[in-house]
Amino acid sequence: MKNKTVYSQEHLLYLKKTKRRNLFVFLARFAVFGLLLAVWELAASLEWVNPFITSSPSRIGKTLADLYKSGSLFHHVGITLGETLLGFFIAVAAGYLIALLLWWSEIFRRVSEPYFVILNALPKIALGPLIIIWFGTGSKAIVSMTVLVGLIVAILNMLGGFMATDENKLLLLKSMGASKLQILLKLVVPSSLPALISMLKISVGMAWIGSIMGEYIVSKAGIGYLIVYGGQVFKLDLVMASVFVLCVLAAGMYAIVALIEKLVIKNEK
Amino acid sequence: MKEVLRFENVCMNYHTRQGETVAVKDLNFSVSEGEFVAIIGPSGCGKTTVLSLAAGLLKPTHGKVESFGASFGYMLQKDELFPWRTIEKNICLPLEIKRINTPENRARAFALAEKYGLKDFLKSYPSSLSGGMRQRAALIRTLAIDPDLLLLDEPFSALDYQTRLNVCDDVYKIIRSEKKTALLITHDISEAVSVADKIFVLTKRPASLLSAHTLDFPDGEPLKRRENKLFSHWFERLWKELNA
Repeated sequence: MKNKTVYSQEHLLYLKKTKRRNLFVFLARFAVFGLLLAVWELAASLEWVNPFITSSPSRIGKTLADLYKSGSLFHHVGITLGETLLGFFIAVAAGYLIALLLWWSEIFRRVSEPYFVILNALPKIALGPLIIIWFGTGSKAIVSMTVLVGLIVAILNMLGGFMATDENKLLLLKSMGASKLQILLKLVVPSSLPALISMLKISVGMAWIGSIMGEYIVSKAGIGYLIVYGGQVFKLDLVMASVFVLCVLAAGMYAIVALIEKLVIKNEK
Repeated sequence: MKEVLRFENVCMNYHTRQGETVAVKDLNFSVSEGEFVAIIGPSGCGKTTVLSLAAGLLKPTHGKVESFGASFGYMLQKDELFPWRTIEKNICLPLEIKRINTPENRARAFALAEKYGLKDFLKSYPSSLSGGMRQRAALIRTLAIDPDLLLLDEPFSALDYQTRLNVCDDVYKIIRSEKKTALLITHDISEAVSVADKIFVLTKRPASLLSAHTLDFPDGEPLKRRENKLFSHWFERLWKELNA
């Protein structure tokens, strides 16, 4: 099937056009970024806007360089990244297991449903004071906040994936005399793989919300700490630089999940 | 001939909040070894319920479903091949479920697959097969455990007409050459007439036996039957019974 095929002129033209358009989109993305930076820089240096309030790309760059030189950039990045990743993995793993239990037992599912609905709607930050008192003012509190923010969403998303298992495939396995455990392992878990991937993607975002929110409430270091500190002492360059670092980290983590998706889902279609 | 399945005064009631539905009432019939039996009935008469009862997926409210220890394989409307498994792994699925995934059983299943033209597809994923080939793979999966009785739940109805006639012919030949007993339920009279030795007609809900016919075609194959004069005779007769 994968022998060399001879394409018609029209097809070659079509391929060329598609390629050119994709290249255009790719370049345009960078161009937009560059343009935004340039306008921002220009507006700040010509004092169309007050650079003390809006900061500017060059000031952000300088702030980052200073942070890097003083060695504190990777210190803060490391702390936030560690808290985020730990919270992410705990939320995802616990969410998956709890969703499995809920799938297994209809009674458990029905009894717990209103609790999950309410916990899902509750703004988790309302629990901030409790978390500080229960878990102290260290990283433990921040990881707890991260788990709290991500867990319910992870459970509900995963349960949705488990419950969407094809009825006819269930019937087929039952007709073969499959046990519930066999149905789980041979059908429900593999068929919910796309749901797992989408749950991971959502959880990446949730983990960042949780860890930064946690650092806002209580922290001595981390990106969230830098943002709050920068805001308090009116060093908006520091706030902007921290947000930029956050963008890079979040994009990187999302890219990793997207890569996993590509590796895992390649056979199905 | 040895019986492999017998329904004795079988009744089946469904319970929902809205009330009770009698799906099957006093149904009696039996299937003997080597027969190809088709059950037809008006749509919504509870045909699938009958098949679920035969498979033991449902317990009758009253009466008895006797299967004499026969093993069975169930084939559904769609192939229901698992897209994350290769054809080879799909075919072995019932062996895994029944914990008899031995080298001998696997070899037997693969031999069947090879015999019926799936050899080159064993390592492929279902998505790369045509609808007809997929249904054939589903049949081989059903045959992998060497069942005594095949339960076919409108296995061709999801295919387009052209493919349907061919796959029907295909499945018929495979079932015949493997000397299997089969119970087919369908709403398609012409399909029933083209494959079955015996046809049981069900009444409207609650389903019970309206009539039983033994077909007398000299030539067995579905496509040849469709050319036979008897075909339209049987079709009309059953049509009238169903619409009486």
